[in-house]
This record gives sequence, C-alpha cells and structure tokens, in this order.
Amino acid sequence: MSRQSVAKAHQKIQELSWEPQYHQPVSHYGTDYTFRKAAKKDPLKQVLRSYFPMQEEKDHRVYGAQDGAIRGNMFRQVQERWLEWQKLFLSIIPLPEISAARAMPLLFRTVPNPELHNGQAIQMIDEVRHSTIQQNLKRLYMNNYIDPAGFNSSLRNFQNDYCGTIGRQFAEGFITGDAITAASIYLTIVAETAFTNTLFVAMPAEAAANGDYLLPTVFHSVQSDESRHISNGYATLLMALSDESNHQLLERDLRYAWWNNHAVVDAAIGTFIEYGTKDRRKDRESYAEMWRRWIYDDYYRSYLVPLEKYGLVIPHDLIEEAWNRIWNKGYVHEVAQFFATGWLANYWRIDPMTDKDFEWFEYKYPGWYDRYGKWWENYNRLSKPNGHHPIVAEDVDYVYPHRCWTCMVPCLIREDMVMDEVDGQWRTYCSEPCHWTDATAFRPTYQGRETPNMGQLIGKREWETLYHGWNWADIVSDMGYVRDDGKTMVAQPHLDLDDPKKMWTLDHLRRMPPVQSPNVVLNEMTDAERQAFAADYVRQGPAGRPAPAES
Amino acid sequence: MTTTPVSPSTGRSVPKPAFTDAEAGAREFPDSGNRRFTYFNPAKRKQSHYEDVTVEVQPDPRHYLSQGWLYGFADGTGGYPLEWTALKAWGSDRPEPERFPGSGGKGYDWPAHGWHEFRDPNEEWELTLYRYNSNVVRQVNQNVENARQAKAFEQWNPNWTRFVERNIGAWMHVDHGLGLYLYANAQRRAPTNMHNNAISVNSMHRIRAAQDLALYNLTLSDVVPGFDGSAHLEAWDSDPAWQGVREVAEQLTGIWDWAEAVFAGNVVFEPLVGELFRSQLVQQVAPRNGDFVTPTVVGAAEYDFAERDLRYTTAMFDLLTTDREYADHNKATMRAWLSAWVPRAIRAARALQPLWSQTDAKPPRFEDSLDAAKSRFAGIVTDLHLDVPKLS
Repeated sequence: MSRQSVAKAHQKIQELSWEPQYHQPVSHYGTDYTFRKAAKKDPLKQVLRSYFPMQEEKDHRVYGAQDGAIRGNMFRQVQERWLEWQKLFLSIIPLPEISAARAMPLLFRTVPNPELHNGQAIQMIDEVRHSTIQQNLKRLYMNNYIDPAGFNSSLRNFQNDYCGTIGRQFAEGFITGDAITAASIYLTIVAETAFTNTLFVAMPAEAAANGDYLLPTVFHSVQSDESRHISNGYATLLMALSDESNHQLLERDLRYAWWNNHAVVDAAIGTFIEYGTKDRRKDRESYAEMWRRWIYDDYYRSYLVPLEKYGLVIPHDLIEEAWNRIWNKGYVHEVAQFFATGWLANYWRIDPMTDKDFEWFEYKYPGWYDRYGKWWENYNRLSKPNGHHPIVAEDVDYVYPHRCWTCMVPCLIREDMVMDEVDGQWRTYCSEPCHWTDATAFRPTYQGRETPNMGQLIGKREWETLYHGWNWADIVSDMGYVRDDGKTMVAQPHLDLDDPKKMWTLDHLRRMPPVQSPNVVLNEMTDAERQAFAADYVRQGPAGRPAPAES
Repeated sequence: MTTTPVSPSTGRSVPKPAFTDAEAGAREFPDSGNRRFTYFNPAKRKQSHYEDVTVEVQPDPRHYLSQGWLYGFADGTGGYPLEWTALKAWGSDRPEPERFPGSGGKGYDWPAHGWHEFRDPNEEWELTLYRYNSNVVRQVNQNVENARQAKAFEQWNPNWTRFVERNIGAWMHVDHGLGLYLYANAQRRAPTNMHNNAISVNSMHRIRAAQDLALYNLTLSDVVPGFDGSAHLEAWDSDPAWQGVREVAEQLTGIWDWAEAVFAGNVVFEPLVGELFRSQLVQQVAPRNGDFVTPTVVGAAEYDFAERDLRYTTAMFDLLTTDREYADHNKATMRAWLSAWVPRAIRAARALQPLWSQTDAKPPRFEDSLDAAKSRFAGIVTDLHLDVPKLS
C-alpha cells in the first residue's frame, strides 16, 4: 500500500456496494436461516492492492523452494511409505479447495451483508490458488518421484475409488443443500476452522520428518490464507446467532458438520500420519496427541465453547465421542487396516508395518499389538504374490465390513453399527450420528419445522454395489488402476520395485472369488436373516475379528 | 528397542534423514517413465502446465465419477448440471451412465461432451493471476504516486475535477457489482473447471478495478483541493445520466443462466457501454483536460477486458457457435440474447451522452464515440459467427 493505511483504504472500498433500485440479483440458492439483525463488519479488511503482491510474494517463496528441492535432490531422501499416501491425499484435496471457491456465491444472497461479500470474493480466489498450487505440487511429485503411477492417473482414480469417494464429501458438502449449512457451517465453521489444522499443519510436519519439505512449503502457504477464511465464517456465525430462530438449525448443522468432518478427515489424515510415516521417535506426537491439541483444545475449548454464551448449542457429546473413537475405539487403526485390506482397489502402494512400527504403536496406543499386530504380520506375510490371494480373500480373522451410508467409511467400530430401513432400502451406518444425519437431518422437515432448503444425500453411496458379482481383475481394469504394461497393478501391498515377480498383476486377481456387495446382500436377506446379521455384526471386532462363538 | 535419534550437539530429538534413492529414474519398472497426467487429452500435441493444474479437477459423472454426485440440493440436483445454461455442447444430451448393482463404473470416453474442450487462452491459474494483478496494482500505484509527487493534479480545472469525482467514481460501482454478483456468482455454475476458473479470474479483475478506482478517489480526496470523495454516490444513485447504466448493471446481475450472464456482460455490455465510457470518453478527454493519470488507472481495467476477459470469452463462445452438433441451436439462443441485451445496452449508452459535454476541453462527438463502440461490438459478434443485430 502507498501512504493510505489499510484501514482507511478498507473503509473507502465499503462505498462500492449498492442496494439495487431497479432489479434484484438472481437468487440461485436457498436457506432456511434468516438474517434480520446485527450486520457484521468485514473481518478480513483485505484490499486487493496489498493482497495481490502479498500472494505473489508467497508464491515466490513456494516456487523458490520447489526449485531448491529439485536441485538439492530431495527425492533421494523422501520416504516412499510417505509419498505413496500423497497419491491419495493430493488426488482428493484440489477438489475441496476449488469447491470452496464455488461455495462463496451461495452466501451472496443468503447473507445480506455486502461488507462480508468482499471477504468472500477474496476467499474465492484464494481457493483457486489452493487448488491449482496443489495440483502443481502433485505434478512435481509425478515428475520427480521414483514411482509416478497413481500420480499420473490421479484425477481419474480419485473419482472412482472408494477412498476418494469418502474424501469427496469434503468438497460436495460445501456446494449443495442449504446455503448456510454448506458454505458457512460445514465449510468455514467446521472444516476450515477445526480440521485444516490437522490437514495443513500437522500433516506437513510429518511430511518434513519423512524427507519431504515441499508439502509443508505449499500447505503452510495455503494455511496462511485459511486463517483469513476462518474470520469469514465467524462473522457469518455471529450474524446467524443474533436471530434466535436460527439456533435450532445451528444445532443441527454443527452436529452434522462436526461428525462428518471427524469421520472423513480423521480417517484419512489419521492414517497418513500414523501409518505413512517412518519417523518412530517416541517423543513425536501421535495423531491422537495432535488431535487433542489442535482440535480438542484449540478448536473445541478455545473457539467453540466461548460461543455457548451467545446461544450456540455445542455438540459436547459428539466431540467427546469423536475423542473416544480415536483414543479408545481405535478409529484410525481400524481405518488404516481397512485401507490396507482393500489395497488392491486403490492406486498407491501401502508399506507393511515392521517391528519398529509395532513398538511405536504399542508405546503410543497401549494394547495396539494385541488388537492389530497379528493382522499386520499377516499383511506382511501376504504382501508378495506366492500362490495365495491378496489379504482380502485370505482367512486372517477379518470380516469384510459393511459401509456407512452417510460418511461412506465402513462400519469399522462394529459395536456402534446401526441398521435401518430408510427410503425403502436397508442401510448400515457406522454410528448413530451418521444414522441421524441421513434419517433426520437431511430431510425437508426437522423436529416439526419445515426445512425446504435442506439438501439430500444422493448417489450410489456404496462402492461395492457397482461391482457386485464382478471378478477383481475386471474391477481393477474397469477403474483403470493398471500400469503401462497392461497387467501390473498400480497398487501394491509393499514398496519393492526391484523385481517384477514381486509385483501383483491382473492375473493374480483372476483367481479370486467375485466381489459381493454387502448392501446388495443385506437387502436380499429375509427379515430374520437381517436381524441375525446385525446381532452378529455388533459383536465383531476389534480389528475386524469375527464375533466370538456364543457360549 | 526403538531409539530416539538425538542431536549430539544439542540433545534435541529430531527426525533422522535417510538415503532412500526414491528419485525419478532410480529404477525401471512398469509405469516408471509414464510421467504425464493420463486422464485427459490435451488441446494441442503436448499437455500445457495450465491444463495439468486445471483439467478434470471438477469431476463429471459422464467420465470417471462412477458413484455420481454424493450431495444434492433440496430437489436432488448435485454438482454442475449442464442444464444451468440453455447452450449446449456436443454430447450434452447423452444421458449420464446408469449405475446399478453390477453395472461397473465406466463412463464415456474422455471428454464425453464438448464442454470439456474449452481451454482458457490466457491459461490462468494461480501463478499467472497473481503475477498479472500484482503488476497491475504496482503500476497503478506508482503512476498515482508519481503524479502526486509531480503535482500533476494541480493542472486539473474545476470542471474536470467534478467529472472525475462523479463519473469515474460512478463506474467503480459497475465494476464492483458485476465483479461480485455476475462473475463471482457465475463461477459456481459452469460445467467444467476450465470455465469456472476463467470466470473467477474475470471476477477478480472487475473487483480489483473497482478498488483501484476507489483508492484513486481516496488519493484525490487528499490531494485535489475541493475534490468531493463522496460525489460518486450521488451520481450513481440519482444522476439521470447514470441511471441507464445502473439499471442494466442490476439487470445483468439478475440473469439466471450463467452463460447468458457472461455473454451479456462481456459480448454486449462491455463493448457497448464499458469501452464506450473508458476508451471512447475517458481516455480521449482526460489528456485534453490536463489529466494524464486517470487514463492509466482506467486503462488497466481496459486492458483486463480487451486483452484477457474478452479473449477467454471469445474462445468459450466460439466453440459453441461452431459446435459440431448444436451450432445452430447455440446461435439461435445467442441471437435471442442479443435481441434482449443490445437494446438495453444502447439505451444505457445513450443515457450517458450528457457526459460528453461536461468538460472544458471536449471529447470527440458522442455519436462518433458510439459508432466506434458499435463497430467494435460488431467485430466481436462477427468473430463469433453471429449476425450483427440492429444497433439503433
């Protein structure tokens, strides 16, 4: 900025907005919220004359670091275990970012405060920045990392992979349904304010420990924008709170958004950080410890709880239950085990855990070995083709799980599984809050109140349905997870690239039994069979073990 | 036992670097040399950097999105429906692949329909947009600062000062309103990431141009004696000369169809009203009234439109008027849009006529200015393979 102070300049640009005299802007999006009181100031106080050079300077630092990484042969020190998981993460994240850009106009008509629209427009272009800078990072990995497979097919694979589909909620939830539910509560109040801390701060720190300092370079630059977006959400939230008729909807949306973000983000990022690292120093924080610090203390206790006095009903029970799932019910470990079980339906390689990893897990999560150790030993034993099937088709004391209709992470904490007939279809849910989200929250009425703008859960939400009765080799071909020799799979349950005989091919999959969709099978059962199935399922686990024989 | 690496000099626990040899080319195996994104066809022989960071980020159920959209609006619509515009690209009427138990997940071969063939000729992504706009704001800032230090504003006569405070000031409302409620709004609605990113960059050009003018106004309030920094509000709210522009600007923000909004904004309104005001009036009359600064500020916005926003717009609509399946349908639709929007724009342009006589040193005749704008507009329309409508 020249001699004009930012505050003075910002005050001046408030003169730009005007109230329509002749025609109203188009209203594309609806909300059941009302905003009648308490106009808030634009919290960003960002003027484009200083914004553009600031972002350009940040770019200089990012691209300078990328040049330095290549010149300094960073990839000679990158851990493959870590970078393989980036094939999943960097295939997911550009879509949520660009969806956040697309979400901003949902707020223009629904939050009638022109001063806030300035901040939302800047957030829009920030998100374009994030999406393309992350695509560019992936491109750099593809060009410079030893194994480009999975990076090179990234956006095809992400769109049809069961893990990608879980992650896609973190984008689609921003851009559809009730405008405030989507673009404000789900996106800015929960996703950005709570979970970008683990996404963009905790995870890059782990990347650096695994020899990759480009992920922190890019994502800390991204995170420096997120802190501004959090202010956008806060201002809108305070406006919403000032109207008491919104409180019921805020309570609903905070419950849905919190639980869905927990289910999706903790599943993915928890797995990357705990199972993608080679750094097993005992004094490095576990994901649970990071979560306690970044989410429980910084978000829940410092950000959410103080809002209680303004009338916000905080889902204390769900926050405690999320922690309970992470700490006592092994949520992250169950997810990592499932991702590894389904390695053949993915597009990255998953390294087996070693004794050193076992020791770290036992130290950080006492009792881990008794639950998961044996299974990971089996994973290691079955990682190279040697006349056996991939682990999913071998008897390793693991029952293939049903999928949660809402969050699409399987029902891995078996005792929490809920089964219900909703919209004429029998569905399974990983937990009661996910059941409530589908059966109660995403409906045109809520607790007797008309909510005509609330969105819907749509789509073919169980991946296995599409491939019911298919051979695994045909599935992997159909999804395009095959390398350029036409037979070797992109995914492998190990990191060994030295000997082609150690790599799994379509021929190995051809011998496997066909895939059965759990949901299709569930709906084909008689009522009595279904009740027996549910009674058995909730007795299964941990670590996917079959229910013990009844005594 | 696991040992924690400890720095010998400080005793701190630090991660231990390891030589992994995980760089490209270290070993040969299937796919080891396959270092390009394989899920789309480039527009030219080789994939561009812009394509790599843009194409297919926004998915399409007709390609790879086998489970479909997962979240919908209240009516069950999800994602980016092609029906959000009346225009069609080849393949638009192909149904989304049906999914059912055992259907598999394969969609149509890429690109499935013609919308995915659009590429922004400006190749805008984050690196380009920040470089470009940073250069603009730096240059504008330097121009204004230099003028202030050179006491250039002392040459202004009172009538020119009134002209700037009212009319240059009024235009910033157009830029701001369209930037937010037309362009930023439209970038949620087009069917591909290539369209929506180009439109979002267009949006930032307009919002930045509005702020450039507002901050220029702030400087002038400080340095030009008698400059009324709030006069633009009265001009925009009630000056009859500006009410035609205001009415059309508001009407533009009310368009439901995203492509019609961009078409009406960039093919009709900008050449007939925006360029008329900026190039045919301000740029012509300012030097004659001793002002060499205002044209540099306004000229930045003119360059945004003429060299970048119009460029992507032309490429976008040219694909549709030459579409192998729907060219006639699209041309008929655009003809209807021209019929609706050209008279409104011409009315707004004519309402501005009093501005041509407000300054001491006069610009070219209004009719000559309008003719130049019409000629420019006719050229753009012809380039899009459309007939030039009656321009009375």
